[in-house]
Amino acid sequence: MQPELLIKLVILLPLIGAAVNGLGGLFVPALRKQEGLIGALGTAMVLIPFLMTVTLFMGYQGEAIISHAFAWMVAGDLSIDFAYRLDELSLLMTMIITGVGSLIHVYSIGYMHGDDGFWRFFAYLNLFIFAMLNLVLGDNLVVLFLGWEGVGLCSYLLIGFWYKNRNNSKAAGKAFIMNRVGDFAFLLAMFIIFREIGGLDFDTILTQGPGMDAGMTTAAVLLLFIGATGKSAQIPLFTWLPDAMAGPTPVSALIHAATMVTSGLYLLARLSPVVLAAPGVMTIIAIVGAITALVAATIAITQNDIKKVLAYSTVSQLGFMFMAAGVGAFFVAIFHVMTHAFFKGCLFLGSGSVIHGMHEVEHELEHDGHGHKLDPQDMRTMGGLKKFMPATRMTFLISTLAIAGIPLLSGFFSKDEILFKAFLFGYNGYAAGWIVYGIGIVTALLTAIYMTRAYVLTFEGEPRWPHADTIAPHESPWQMTLPLWVLAGLSVVGGYLGLPAVIAHGELNWIHHWLSDGGPVAELVKPEHVSLTVEWILIGVGSLVAILGVWLGWTWYSKKGLEQDDVLASRFGSLFKLWQGKYFVDEAYEKTIVRPLIGGSYHGLAPFDKYVIDGLVNFAGFFTRGLSFTLRYLQTGLVHSYAAAIVFGVVLLIWLMLF
Amino acid sequence: MNIPYLTSIVIFLPLLGAALTMLARSESAIKWSALGVTSLTLLLSIGLYLGFDPAVSTAAAPQLANMSSSWFPEMFDVKYFVGIDGLNILLIMLTTLLGPIVVLSSWTYIGKAHKPYYTLLLVLQTGVTGVFAAHDIFLFYIFFELTLIPMYFIIGIWGGENRVYAAVKFVLYTLVGSLLMLVALIYLGYAAGDAVNGGVFTTDWYKLVSYNMPLEMQGWLFLLFALAFAIKVPLFPLHTWLPDAHVQAPTGGSVILAGVLLKMGTYGLVKFCLPFFPNAAQEYAMLFAVLAVIGIIYGALVSRAQSDAKKLVAYSSVSHLGFVVLGIFAFTIEAMQGAMIQMINHGISTGALFLILGMLYERRHTREMTDFGGLATSVPVLTFFMILSVLASAGLPGLNGFVGEFLILIGSFKSTVLGSPLLVALATTGVILAAVYLLYMVYQTFWGELEIEENATMKDLNGRELGILVPLAALMIILGFAPAPFLAKSEPAVKELLQTIESKRIAAEEMASLSEGIARWTPDSEASALTQTD
Repeated sequence: MQPELLIKLVILLPLIGAAVNGLGGLFVPALRKQEGLIGALGTAMVLIPFLMTVTLFMGYQGEAIISHAFAWMVAGDLSIDFAYRLDELSLLMTMIITGVGSLIHVYSIGYMHGDDGFWRFFAYLNLFIFAMLNLVLGDNLVVLFLGWEGVGLCSYLLIGFWYKNRNNSKAAGKAFIMNRVGDFAFLLAMFIIFREIGGLDFDTILTQGPGMDAGMTTAAVLLLFIGATGKSAQIPLFTWLPDAMAGPTPVSALIHAATMVTSGLYLLARLSPVVLAAPGVMTIIAIVGAITALVAATIAITQNDIKKVLAYSTVSQLGFMFMAAGVGAFFVAIFHVMTHAFFKGCLFLGSGSVIHGMHEVEHELEHDGHGHKLDPQDMRTMGGLKKFMPATRMTFLISTLAIAGIPLLSGFFSKDEILFKAFLFGYNGYAAGWIVYGIGIVTALLTAIYMTRAYVLTFEGEPRWPHADTIAPHESPWQMTLPLWVLAGLSVVGGYLGLPAVIAHGELNWIHHWLSDGGPVAELVKPEHVSLTVEWILIGVGSLVAILGVWLGWTWYSKKGLEQDDVLASRFGSLFKLWQGKYFVDEAYEKTIVRPLIGGSYHGLAPFDKYVIDGLVNFAGFFTRGLSFTLRYLQTGLVHSYAAAIVFGVVLLIWLMLF
Repeated sequence: MNIPYLTSIVIFLPLLGAALTMLARSESAIKWSALGVTSLTLLLSIGLYLGFDPAVSTAAAPQLANMSSSWFPEMFDVKYFVGIDGLNILLIMLTTLLGPIVVLSSWTYIGKAHKPYYTLLLVLQTGVTGVFAAHDIFLFYIFFELTLIPMYFIIGIWGGENRVYAAVKFVLYTLVGSLLMLVALIYLGYAAGDAVNGGVFTTDWYKLVSYNMPLEMQGWLFLLFALAFAIKVPLFPLHTWLPDAHVQAPTGGSVILAGVLLKMGTYGLVKFCLPFFPNAAQEYAMLFAVLAVIGIIYGALVSRAQSDAKKLVAYSSVSHLGFVVLGIFAFTIEAMQGAMIQMINHGISTGALFLILGMLYERRHTREMTDFGGLATSVPVLTFFMILSVLASAGLPGLNGFVGEFLILIGSFKSTVLGSPLLVALATTGVILAAVYLLYMVYQTFWGELEIEENATMKDLNGRELGILVPLAALMIILGFAPAPFLAKSEPAVKELLQTIESKRIAAEEMASLSEGIARWTPDSEASALTQTD
């Protein structure tokens, strides 16, 4: 098949899946119970595109393929097509999205079994894949933006999936609106670029963008980065992501870890030649990424909800990716996007499997009338799960070690490369590089600690739920464990696609070769190289930090269990409270933005509209009525006085016209 | 298909239908004849759509034109003159599309006095179609006023508890504007008659456009015209009649009001204010753009403060129409095209919102959002259409609202007439705010538990209601993904209009500087110039 056609099918099939499952379920209630059919169709509509993408990858000749579908908006100088671009970057992203996406669809068949909204869930997931593919395959910023807002919509629908609980709907609304704040900046960036160079397709932007007026380039890149902070949950727009955990766990894995939240990085990588033309903004990106990574990691240490830990961990890891982008190593950012998709996808699915099991415990507790309430996501009532859920435990452990950066697992390679590039950035005279490197090392240590804590509290030790001697969870069905094993396997081997230079020179670093040598991802040239010895030392430091973190987490929490939290709390005092309170950012936003805006509308603008603006209108009305009561005495009923008035009027008119 | 007098038939068939409904005996005969007539009109208007060829210039005459000779030969050049061009074709299609939809939406909603209701509805459609098709501004004025009377009764008789107040306010407010416009129109007719029509008063649109009004006269006339249209749009701060009218009007009335009556204002700005008074229009562009942007933000914020869902949507119109006005006064093809398509988009998505709120009102007899909650469980199909319309209204890419807003904003951003990216950035915050107030409505109404018995037993959409919403939903998606063919219908006309404006503007300025030069070049100044050289 023609590659142009294949690309269209890759994008179209998930849409068809969404339409059939969604409209079918909506209008034919009998179909809603057909879980087998719905799940099979939903999965096939992602799996087939994955296989097609693999075919495209095999046959890829090194030349970008542009596939035009049809014209979208044409007005004046603006001409936007539904056009798609298959190149090294979009191929890799598409494989991650459809590959991890397929696994998560399979997983969802097990996870969502018995839910009334099964059909809706698969429709939304397919719609999400469709939007996400538009995002990474679109050949211009507007199609990218269609995907960008489309994934935001699906995120809204899926966070609020269990809409009966208003807290979920609130979290969904928050996510959508915060994303829209970012999208607002994205729109402005497009307006600037269009005004400056008259086009929004990537060929035009990448060839003429770097040559824009420096001020305009800075403004556009900064605005795009603000857009990215919304979608990729960075400071200042990160607070929606932890709340987004209200959605079903496969959603957290797919959308809020593996794919959607990495869109900001994709955007920066796609436009990397333009980003490089705004060095000031790059420094901002690196610093914001570093601070976000650190802030989120400190919060993660204090959380007890297993999904919240993973959510803050995601924010933190995304921070790492922005560090990479900020120091001009866009391909490393994408490398970490990929490895993160593997291990964080696995961790989230693992947590889903745990929650699935704990639900069972919760049910039985309720059933037996023990009167115990159990939060199936609270790690404080878990513990010892390795006995009951061996597959979940093993895969969770593997991916924990991977994210912690234990040598030779995938997270080690990608994180180390980020830290190395930050170091090199500093070495080449960019002071920000040293700061980023320093924060990165500290955050890496914290990462290893909080992830080990999560693992130990969940799987090791003795069970802490009530009546643990009689009530026990079971391992999840194969639809759920199979994806876990696949992702755990990828978390182990995924890093070998980007071996560091000391081990593999040049072409052996596949990801660099693929994305940057022959591909569209630019990188900041750093002429000063460090010696091999220094490189080895850096790798050693990175490894040590990871091992130290895991060791600390292991000894602390396997010995003292939950009490270790109190130890930390007393040692760090108010700082710990700050972490636990998530730096009170939500509260600050509530106080400074949300309440003034909504309250101002209620108590300021709405009364102003009613009493001042409309009051003036009504006053004019009453005034006129009063006047007419007086004037009606002119209405005498005498013909001659009317005639006189008419003559007077005509004379007046003629006079007005003549002079 | 080549039907003679097709344009006139599309305009007057509803009026003929009005006579038919007056003769009808039974309630169902009234409804069915109204539905039949509006459906036939819609079918015939497709002939207009297909018959209109955007490649053929309408610079000298509209297509599918019907013209009478002058009504008062030799005294006044006033005549029946209708036709199709790129500026009105989509609006006429929107009007004929909403015709049967409004009839269907009134089917069970209207509980009393069926005969006058449907009769007035049909008269109203003739008025609106006439407004858009007229190429004689006096004829335009007649149609413009013709829309007032039926709307007045529709609000005043079939409206809510405060209907008379709302109806009177609607009529008086509009009348104030349109009477001032009438004065300006008469003046313009004489002035143009002197200049380009051999001294005969004229209201022929083409002659008026060809007339190059001196700068000093443009300002006042522009403001008088623009005031009438700004009230109709409505532009901040002239908007307060709208929430009252919307809340009080029956569903059908609200749909027509939001769908097409407001567009008479924005259309009037494009069709008359800009080409008649190009210099003044550009001089006042910033004023109108600022008011439009205030309207975008202000309308959105006030919308968020409402507890009545219908009022919330009413204020959202102030916000959305602000985008259209901004696009009109940007004087770029992108923005103007965005304004053209946004008029249609707003008619479709806000029309759908009002229709769905009407369906909820019929079921629950309330519009207070707190009376609802959890409806997603009891009426999933209605919820689906509501969310689709909300997303279209919030400008989600892939649905119609985005196309208009995006073109307007990107075109206004590069506008040299406005020259204020900051203003456009402020307007763009409307994108965030739209999500805020619309999602709030969805949150209040559809999410949560079903706590009220009447909500739990609510029936989902029936076949008639689906028939109303499916075409609108389809259009949201079609216009969202493939607006290009629709944009192509108006692009040449918009281009031509902007060129005309530009060349007239330059000509008027040259004329002004020339006459200024002549004025300066008096013997006195010559003498003084001579004395200076000494």
